[in-house]
Amino acid sequence: MPRYFTKDHEWIEVDGETATVGITNYAQSQLGDVVFVELPEPGRSLSQGGEAAVVESVKAASDVYSPVSGEVTEGNAVLTDTPDLVNTAPEGEGWFFKLRLSDPSELDALMDEGTYMDFVASL
Amino acid sequence: MRYLPLTHADRSAMLHAVGAATIDDLFVDVPAEARLDGPIRDLPPHASELQVERQLSALARRNTVAGTVPFFLGCGSYRHHIPASVDHLIQRGEFLTAYTPYQPEIAQGTLQMLFEFQTQVARLLGCDVANASMYDGSTACWEAITMARRITRRGKALLSGGLHPHYVSVARTMARFTGDDLHTAMPTLDAGTDVDALIDRIDTDTSCVVVQYPDILGRVADLSALADATHAKGALLVAVVTEPVALGLLKSPGEMGADIVVGEGQALGVGLQFGGPYVGLFACKEKFVRQMPGRLCGETVDAEGKRGFVLTLSTREQHIRREKATSNICTNSGLCALAFSIHMTLLGEKGLRGLAEINHAHAVAAADRLAQVPGVELVTPAFFNEFTLRLSAEARPLVRRLADRNILAGVSLGRLYPGEEALANGLVVAVTETTTPEDVEALAAALQEELA
Repeated sequence: MPRYFTKDHEWIEVDGETATVGITNYAQSQLGDVVFVELPEPGRSLSQGGEAAVVESVKAASDVYSPVSGEVTEGNAVLTDTPDLVNTAPEGEGWFFKLRLSDPSELDALMDEGTYMDFVASL
Repeated sequence: MRYLPLTHADRSAMLHAVGAATIDDLFVDVPAEARLDGPIRDLPPHASELQVERQLSALARRNTVAGTVPFFLGCGSYRHHIPASVDHLIQRGEFLTAYTPYQPEIAQGTLQMLFEFQTQVARLLGCDVANASMYDGSTACWEAITMARRITRRGKALLSGGLHPHYVSVARTMARFTGDDLHTAMPTLDAGTDVDALIDRIDTDTSCVVVQYPDILGRVADLSALADATHAKGALLVAVVTEPVALGLLKSPGEMGADIVVGEGQALGVGLQFGGPYVGLFACKEKFVRQMPGRLCGETVDAEGKRGFVLTLSTREQHIRREKATSNICTNSGLCALAFSIHMTLLGEKGLRGLAEINHAHAVAAADRLAQVPGVELVTPAFFNEFTLRLSAEARPLVRRLADRNILAGVSLGRLYPGEEALANGLVVAVTETTTPEDVEALAAALQEELA
């Protein structure tokens, strides 16, 4: 399944009309120990680049933006009790939310993994 | 020696950077006629400390001091006895650490005290968690309304007619800038509260229902049904307590299902002080803690496993989250909270119950006595230490005449609700452990003369 990345360090994995969103390993390494995640409720409509979630670490609280527009179908309820999954499996079990894409062409503006890795290396 | 860090060269460099030739250029926007061009007129020459003390003492003597005359004022500020030990203990060195305890290693005294304060407030209000205090009851009430908006994502708040009008006024001022939709009501001069009317008005746009307990007229309502009705519509119940001593006897709002309980803590350990500074109490259910405003202290262990106290959940606050903060009050009423906490500690649970029982017994005796006066009718059948009378004459001018006779008879509803004909004859009377039978007798006799 294709995976895309944003300059704000979110990843999105697309599976047909739906997609899963999380923050990258680089993002979690910069945040430090994650202690709380605020997730969007199902049914909420998100716009590309708009605020979708909040991730709070011992250092800071940061917004997580939606890589594309769509309607939230599910938040990762496991993160409520085990937010440290964001640190241990940021690009796997530590996903944030799933959404139904409203405009798949928005994916064209995102980076693939290789481009993102180059981007991170340039920071 | 005065400490003036800037040299002439520093000032010139800064003026040059902003394109101004002189300091005066920075004030060109102030109209010429509004600028001071010499000494302030009518300002008397400097005086010695002794002269100033003499003059201010003479001015202070023109006040009628609460403790020197029969005193029945309440409505949000209560005269209680404060043990001398409270004032002594708040001055101890352990509490003189910086009141903004961002460096826990040098502020353990302050932090531990705030932690104890939070525990006391949470238990008193019947909630899981409390913050380290707000400015006062009215600002705490407003913060609860905005917190309910953040949680429910709805903007319509129903405010009970029994909520202190000054609290309503603060909320109105703030809502002008936030766009919150406040639905307010007037109290009625009768025995019943507006709980049932509020239940009928809750809808799915409602963020919260705000009720005062006991309310502005002293009435006490069971909030359980209101809590259930509020939750059924996905809204929150906010309860406001202006007399925390009442919770020594009454079931707490938290136990009755309130989601957020706020209050004014002045009655415990803090003097009347002409209306401030006071100490706002703020508590809520644990699931809402991240939306709670204000400073929060937590207990933890240090690297060696020793118990210590720190500020916690600071990431909610404005110095970290900027405009997205859930808390734009990153401070607290430290000294008043300390006095509250020390008084609560000295009282203990048993002492607080005892104090509440004395208050209630005195108030019942006073209500019975005053209701015997021709032209006086007791409006509130159930109350804690404050009740409302309906007089056969307008209360506000009568209170003024009694003040001239050195009796502070209570708060007239005409003062709280100017122009409201239906409330004009109402008088709210507060009675505490400081009220003597002689005080009550003096008020009864004076009322009898004035109403004859």
